[in-house]
Amino acid sequence: MMTNLKTWVSAAALAGGLALASLSAGAARAQETIKVGILHSLSGTMAISETTLKDAMLMLIAEQNKKGGLLGKKLEPVVVDPASNWPLFAEKARELIAKDKVSAVFGCWTSVSRKSVLPVFKELNSILFYPVQYEGEESERNVFYTGAAPNQQAIPAVDYLMKEEKVERWVLEGTDYVYPRTTNKILEAYLRAKGVKPEDISINYTPFGQSDWQTRVAAIKSFGSAGKKTAVVSTINGDANVPFYKELANQGLKATDIPVVAFSVGEEELAGIDTKPLVGHLAAWNYFESIDTPENKAFIAQWQAYKKNPKAVTNDPMEAHYIGFNMWVKAVEKAGSTDPDKVIAALPGTEQKNLTGGTSQMLPNHHITKPVFIGEIKDDGQFDVVNKTDGLIAGEAWSKQLDGSKDLEADWVKLNCGNYNTKTKKCGGA
Amino acid sequence: MIRILLLLLTLGLSGPALAQSDPYARLASDSYGDIETGIAGLAASGDPRAGAVLAALAEGRLLYRPSDKALFVKQGDGLVEARSGGAATAEGLKPVRANNKIRRALEAAQGQLNLVSTDPGKRREAAEAVFKARDTSALPAVETALAKESDRGIKRLFEQARAALLLAKPGTPEADRLAALPILQARGDGDSIAILRTIAASDPSETVKAAAGRGIQAIETRLAVAAAAQNVWYGVSLGSVLLLAAIGLAITFGVMGIINMAHGEMVMLGAYTTYLVQDAIRAHAPGLFDWSLAISIPCAFLVAGAVGVVIERGIIRFLYGRPLETLLATFGVSLILQQSVRSIFGPTNREVGSPGFMSGAFDLFGLSITWGRMWIVLFSFSVFLGLLFVLRKTAFGLKTRAVTQNRRMAAAMGIRTPWVDAMTFGLGSGIAGIAGVALSQIDNVSPNLGQGYIIDSFLVVVFGGVGNLWGTLVAALTLGVANKLFEPYFGAVLAKIALLIFIILFIQKRPRGLFALKGRAVES
Amino acid sequence: MTRTRLIDPKGWIFLAALAAFCLVVPLLNLGIPEGSGLHLPTYLVSLFGKYLAFALLALSLDLVWGYCGILSLGHGAFFGLGGYAMGMYLMRQIGPRGVYGNPVLPDFMVFLNYKELPWYWLGFDHFAFAALMVLAVPGLLAFVFGWLAFRSRVTGVYLSIITQAMTFALMLAFFRNDMGLGGNNGLTDFKDILGFPVQAQGTRVALFVATGIALALGYLVARFMTVSAYGKILIAVRDAESRTRFLGYRPEHYKTLAFTVSAMMAGVAGALYVPQVGIINPGEFAPTNSIEAVIWVAVGGRGTLVGAALGAVIVNYAKTVLTGALPDAWLFALGALFVVVTLFMPKGIVGTLIERFGSRRARAKLPPEPEIAPKLAEEGQG
Repeated sequence: MMTNLKTWVSAAALAGGLALASLSAGAARAQETIKVGILHSLSGTMAISETTLKDAMLMLIAEQNKKGGLLGKKLEPVVVDPASNWPLFAEKARELIAKDKVSAVFGCWTSVSRKSVLPVFKELNSILFYPVQYEGEESERNVFYTGAAPNQQAIPAVDYLMKEEKVERWVLEGTDYVYPRTTNKILEAYLRAKGVKPEDISINYTPFGQSDWQTRVAAIKSFGSAGKKTAVVSTINGDANVPFYKELANQGLKATDIPVVAFSVGEEELAGIDTKPLVGHLAAWNYFESIDTPENKAFIAQWQAYKKNPKAVTNDPMEAHYIGFNMWVKAVEKAGSTDPDKVIAALPGTEQKNLTGGTSQMLPNHHITKPVFIGEIKDDGQFDVVNKTDGLIAGEAWSKQLDGSKDLEADWVKLNCGNYNTKTKKCGGA
Repeated sequence: MIRILLLLLTLGLSGPALAQSDPYARLASDSYGDIETGIAGLAASGDPRAGAVLAALAEGRLLYRPSDKALFVKQGDGLVEARSGGAATAEGLKPVRANNKIRRALEAAQGQLNLVSTDPGKRREAAEAVFKARDTSALPAVETALAKESDRGIKRLFEQARAALLLAKPGTPEADRLAALPILQARGDGDSIAILRTIAASDPSETVKAAAGRGIQAIETRLAVAAAAQNVWYGVSLGSVLLLAAIGLAITFGVMGIINMAHGEMVMLGAYTTYLVQDAIRAHAPGLFDWSLAISIPCAFLVAGAVGVVIERGIIRFLYGRPLETLLATFGVSLILQQSVRSIFGPTNREVGSPGFMSGAFDLFGLSITWGRMWIVLFSFSVFLGLLFVLRKTAFGLKTRAVTQNRRMAAAMGIRTPWVDAMTFGLGSGIAGIAGVALSQIDNVSPNLGQGYIIDSFLVVVFGGVGNLWGTLVAALTLGVANKLFEPYFGAVLAKIALLIFIILFIQKRPRGLFALKGRAVES
Repeated sequence: MTRTRLIDPKGWIFLAALAAFCLVVPLLNLGIPEGSGLHLPTYLVSLFGKYLAFALLALSLDLVWGYCGILSLGHGAFFGLGGYAMGMYLMRQIGPRGVYGNPVLPDFMVFLNYKELPWYWLGFDHFAFAALMVLAVPGLLAFVFGWLAFRSRVTGVYLSIITQAMTFALMLAFFRNDMGLGGNNGLTDFKDILGFPVQAQGTRVALFVATGIALALGYLVARFMTVSAYGKILIAVRDAESRTRFLGYRPEHYKTLAFTVSAMMAGVAGALYVPQVGIINPGEFAPTNSIEAVIWVAVGGRGTLVGAALGAVIVNYAKTVLTGALPDAWLFALGALFVVVTLFMPKGIVGTLIERFGSRRARAKLPPEPEIAPKLAEEGQG
C-alpha cells in the first residue's frame, strides 16, 4: 500500500509541473539498498510475453530479500515500462542506469530491444541479463545471455526430427525478423551439410502479427505431399502463433502427418489455445514445466503462490531469469561489491543449479550451458519430454555454420574480446 | 519394412519369446520402441480386448504398474484389468506414454481392427487410417473387409486403401501395380499424389513409372484448378473477417461520422465476453459447450453495446459537430479499455475453445473448406443482412437515418435525437462485439486483439465509401479476394503493400470511395 | 488588411523560452560539475533533445492541419524517412568497427549474405548527401502524394485514411529484411557523427542545441508561410476550399507546397531524433505513432504553432514520467489526459489561453471547428 501511495503522490507532484527538478532527484536518495532494474514491456504488443518475466523477477528479488538480501543490504526492484517501443527501451535503460543507479538490469525480449539498449549499457558500463532464446552472432562485455543460442535449441531439434521421425523434407516457416532469418540460415546450412537437397527445403517469411494463415497452411500441406516425410520448423513469433495453430487444427494437419517443431511456443503461449487438436506437435526448449525435479516442483509452487493462481504456468525464459539472477547474486557475493567491472569479471565460471536437474555454468563468452529438451504438446497445454540431450550444451555466440561468423570467437576472460577473429588473430570490434 | 526390422531387432535384443506372445507386457513400458511393438503385436493377435486397450492408449487412459508391469484401463472413475476387463484396484500407476510414432502406429492398428466394425463411420475412418499408414501387413485384412463391404462409398475407400498397400508392398505383380494407379488418380488428393510421386521415382518398371507420371500430371492439373478456386475461397473467407471487423465501424464512423478509434477495443470486449461465457459454461454446464458461441453472441452484443452507450453518453455526445475531436477522445478511450482488460485478465492470451461443429473440414468439388471459416462467412453475411434490415426496414433505422441526415429537422419532427444517437452508437459497438465472438475463433484473445483490425477496418469503410453499407461489403470482399490472389505470387507482405498502394491510387480516381454518396451534402 | 508581423508576442515568448532552454541546459550539463545538486545529467539532455525533435514534428503537422485543413495521419512516415536517411549516414560512419569488422557492409548485411552495398546506399557516407536526402526523400514523397491527392480533390477523412495507408505500407515495406535497411531491427549501434562520437557528452549537447535551433527555424518558416500573402490564401483554402477555387486560385498548388514543406520539416525532425535516441526502426512508421503526433497538436492547440510544439513536449514528458512512476497504470493516465483535454479544452492548451486572455484579433485567427468527416448532419444547409 505504501509504495502505491508513494507512486501516486509522486506522480501527482510531477504532473503538477514541479517535475523538471524531480526527474533528477532520484539520484540524491541514499544508497541503503541495492537496486535491480527490470526492463520488460508491460504494455503494447510484447506485454503478452514480457509481463510474466517482470513478475518472475519481482518474486526472485522478494525471495532473496527473505534470505537476508545481498551483502547485508536489501534488494530493491525498479520497474519501468518501455511499452514495446524500441527507442523507449534505450531511453528507459539510460534512466535506470543513470538516474536510478541500478546495479544490474534484467530485461528485454525481442532482439531489436536488446540491440537498442546495447550502446547504452556499453556507454554507461552496466550489466544486462537477457533471458530469451535468440539468434546468436553477438557477445558483448556488458551483456549476459541466459537464453538459448541457436546451437542450444534449433540444431538439437532438427537432429531429433531427422533421427526419430525420419524427416527428409523441411519447411522453415518464420516471422520476418532477425531471429528467424539467422536461425533459418544456420539450419539451412546444417541441413545441406547433412545431405538434404535444396528442393527439399522451403523457407518462407510472414509479417509480424500475421493472422490469416489459410494460404500458408495449404501451401505447407501441398509441399508435404511429395512422398517424403515432411516437418515444419517454426520460428513464428508470439502473436502469430495462435492463429497459425488454429488454422493447422482446422485444416486437419496433424502431428502424425506433418509435425511442427517450434522455438517460440511454450507453456505461456499454449495457455491461449485449445491444445487437443495439436497433440504431438513439438517444441524445443531448455526447460519445460512438466520436468519432474524437486527444484522445479518447488519453483512452480513458489510461482503459483506468488501469483495466487494455481493455474499459473512457468516457462523457459523464466528459468533463464532464475539462473541469471542467482548467478548475479553469487557473482556479487564473490566480488564483494556491485561494481559492474568486478561483477563482470566474477560472473564467468559461476555455477548455478538449473531447474531441470543439471548445473549451468556461465561461460567466458557470456552464454551459459544448458540442456536441450524436445517436448510434444499434450492435451492439457503442457509438454511431454520425448528427448533430451546428453549432458549440457555450451552456448555458442558465433555460429559454426555461417561464413561470416565461423572464424569468430568470444572470450571475455582470456582474450577480453567478443569477436576475436581466429584467422587474422585480431579482435574485430571496437 | 523398417517396422518389421525394428520388431525383429527388439525381439532379438530382449530375448524371451514371451514378448511376442504377450504384447501386454510390451505395452507396460516407458520405452517407445517397446510400446510400438506391443501395439503391432496386439493388433495382430486377434485378442477381443485389443480394440478397447488400444482405444484406451489413444485416449491416455492406459496405465501400468512399473513394479510388475501389470496393465490397467481407466474407465470412468474406476479401473479395469487390461487383459481380462475385470474390475481392479491398484496404486502407483503411471500412464503409458505416446509420442508421434506411437500415435501413428496406433492409428494404423486401430484402422486394421476397425475395418470390420459394424459402425460405417468407424469403417470409413479405418479405411483412411490404413490408407495413410501404408502398413502392408494390413493387406489381407483390407481384402477381407473389401469382400464383405456393401456400402458403395466405403467400398471405394477400401479399394483406394488396397491400391495404396499394393503399391507399397514389394513384389506386387506389375499388372496389379498398373491397375492400382488409376484408382489413386481418381482419388486425386495430396496423399495420392505423394504415393504416385514415390512410384514415379522408384518403381523398377518403366511402364509403371510412366503410368504414374501421367497420373501425377492429371492430378496436378486438377489440383491447379482447385487451387485457384481455393484461393478465391480463402479470399472470401478473409473478406468476411474484414467485413465483420469493419461493419460496426461502418455505423459509428460511416453513418454517424465519429472517428471511432476505440472500435477495435469493442471487438476485443466481444472476444473476452466469449471467453467469460465459455468459462462459466465449463464450470456450470459443460453439456452446453457446443452452444457457447450462440450464447455468447447476445452477451457480447449487450456488453459491447452497453460500453458503447456509456462512451457515447459520457464523452461523444459533447463532441457532435466536432468529428475530429472524437478521434482524440476515442483514442484515449481505447488506451483506457486496453489497459483495463490487461489489468483484469492479464496480458496473456485467454483460451477460447471451438465447439465441435466449428472444427474439421469438408470437401466440396475438390475444395477443402474448413467448417470454422464456413460458419464465419455465413455469420458475417447474416450480420450484414440483419444490420441492413434494421437500418432500412425498422422504425429505429428510419430515425437513425433521419438524425444522421439532418439532426435539427429530425428533432423538429419529434425524434429524441440524443436517444437515437446513443442507441446507434450502441448498435455499432454491439456489432463490433459480436464480431469479436467470431474473431475469438481464429485469432488471439488478448488485449491487443483490436489493434490488429482497426486500420484494416478504416480502410475497408473508406474504400467502400463512407456511409454506404453495400460499399463496405463490396470493399471487404474485394480486398480479401485480391489479397489472397496476390499472396501465392508475392508473399503476404508484398500483397498487402500492393493493396495499400492500390487503395491510395483508387481514392485519387474516386475521391469518395467505391460507392460515393451523391449530392451537395457530402461537399464540406 | 493589416499586415501581420512575422513574430507576434506569443512567438517572442516562445523563441525566448526556447533560447533560454538551449542555453541553460548545456550550462547546467557542461558548466556544473557532476555531483553538484544543480548538475543536469547527460541522459536528460538527450531526452530533452528528443522532446524538441517531437516538437518540430508537431509543428510541421500543425502547419498543414492547422493552416490548410489537411489532417495527415501519416506524418510519421516523413519523420521516419528523414530518420532513416540520417541512420544510413550514421551506419556508414561505423566503418570497420562493426562486429564482423567488414569495412563496407553494415553488420546486418554481412549476415544476410550481401556481397556489396545496394545502390540506394551509395552516397550516404557523405554527410552533405545524407542531409540533402533528409530533405529530399520526404519532400519528394509528399510532393508526389500531395500533387496526386490534391489535384483529384481528395479531402477530409479520405485524405486522412490514405495518408494512414501510406505510412502503413511503408512500415510493412521497411519491416522486410529484403529491403536492405535492417528489417525489424532497423539501424542502430551508431558510433560517430561528423567525426564526433555520438555518445560523448559534448556531441549530445551539440545535438540538443541543433534540435533547438531547427525548431526555432521551423517555427519561423511556418510562421512566414502562414502570415505571408501565400498564408492568407492557405487559410482561405482551409476555411472554404470551393469558394477559393471559384475566386481563381488553384488550391491544389497551395496545399501541395505546404504539404511538401511540412514533410521536409518532419524529415529534419526525424534526422535529429535518430542520433539522440540511437536507433531507427520501422516502428516509427506505425500508424499509431502518427495518430499520437496529431494528438500532441490537439493537446497543445491546433493552428497556433507554439501550441503544437508545447503539446508535443507536454505529452512526451508525461509519458516519460508515467512509464517510470506508474508502469502498470500509465495508459490510464495518458488516455484520461486525452479525454479530458478534448472535453474541457477543445482548443487545446494554448488555444484556450488565447481564448481567455488573448486579443480579439488573436482569437479570430484560431481555426474554426475542424471538418474532416462528411457533414451528413447538415445536409440541405450547404
